[in-house]
Amino acid sequence: MNALEQHAALTRADAKLLNRSDLTRRLVARLNDEAVIGGIGHTNFDLWAAGQRPQNFYMLGSMGLAAPIALGVALAQPQRKVFALEGDGSILMQLGCLGTIAAVRPSNLTVIVWDNAAYQITGSQPTLTAAGMDLVAIARGAGLPATWVADENHFEALIDERLADSTSGPVFLCARTDSQPPAGVTDRDPTKIRRQFMDAMALAVKSSA
Amino acid sequence: MTEQRPISPPETWDETIVRVLKANEVRLVTYVPDKVLAPLIKRLHADDYFTVICPAREEEAVGIVSGAYMAGLRGILLMQTSGFATLPNVLASLTVPCQIPMLMIVSERGTLGDFQLGQVIVCSTMRPILRSLNIEHYAIERQDDVEFITDRMIKQAFATQAAATMILSPLLTARAGRQAQP
Repeated sequence: MNALEQHAALTRADAKLLNRSDLTRRLVARLNDEAVIGGIGHTNFDLWAAGQRPQNFYMLGSMGLAAPIALGVALAQPQRKVFALEGDGSILMQLGCLGTIAAVRPSNLTVIVWDNAAYQITGSQPTLTAAGMDLVAIARGAGLPATWVADENHFEALIDERLADSTSGPVFLCARTDSQPPAGVTDRDPTKIRRQFMDAMALAVKSSA
Repeated sequence: MTEQRPISPPETWDETIVRVLKANEVRLVTYVPDKVLAPLIKRLHADDYFTVICPAREEEAVGIVSGAYMAGLRGILLMQTSGFATLPNVLASLTVPCQIPMLMIVSERGTLGDFQLGQVIVCSTMRPILRSLNIEHYAIERQDDVEFITDRMIKQAFATQAAATMILSPLLTARAGRQAQP
């Protein structure tokens, strides 16, 4: 059984409480020239702290648009695998994009959401997931294969599967995360971030699993 | 023997825009529907040259077009005035600071005979928003200007890494033999 289907019946309540910085480092450690779009807030800070890569686009505003930006990259470069990293508060602002991604069906796109049930950067006010909104159920309802992340090993297996697979997808992964602070802060230089990302995207994709 | 060439009917604004988009290699089209833009949208859907996406919101489309641009694919967003009014945050926090040549075509509703008060009020917000963000914008009023304005605005946008808003005035879209749209 593959990792995506291994814990299909898992609910948010049963998913292990994981650490965003740790999971981000586990993701980045597995990447070569894949693109990563980091949504604003602590999602972004932890992506920065996990080791800066020119293939990372660090959003500095435009809350909720990590997945749409990643969709654009995935459409432009079908041969490159693309990951969007978002927080629960961010994806809640742009739930329609899940339907758009399901309709366009880019096989190279993975959307990962860290669900800590809080707007952590603004003082940890509760998000709607704290009131019971289930983002995996919503993604499935939008037409995306989706799963809760059971634990660290499951997360690594899911990422390895996405890196090895170039036909199925897009896929939506959601991890329940704790309230630990991020491991760093992104440098805010938008034109530099955009330029470096574009230069990296202009290079041919080498890795092919 | 010279070949007899029939006199072709004059191009419509939507035909001209399709031709200009192709000439500038703008292959990705995102839109949120608008009745005035319907003939253009229909033409784009029917043409294999274009990848056409209709997302749930205009803001989403700005994200898609921005990502595609950074990865080497040129795109555009088509919308009506009320859709543009949902965009100031993304324009101010992604498009302008990251210097992304975000191409936008806005069908101008809420002026020159509109009967919906909401459309009229939202229309009055468009130019102040564009001016305050220093985004290049131009209203196209005559068929004779469609090619010149769209082609030059698109080229300038990519040359200067800056957004461009092409406003389709009712003078173009409602007067050119088409009925005023509800």
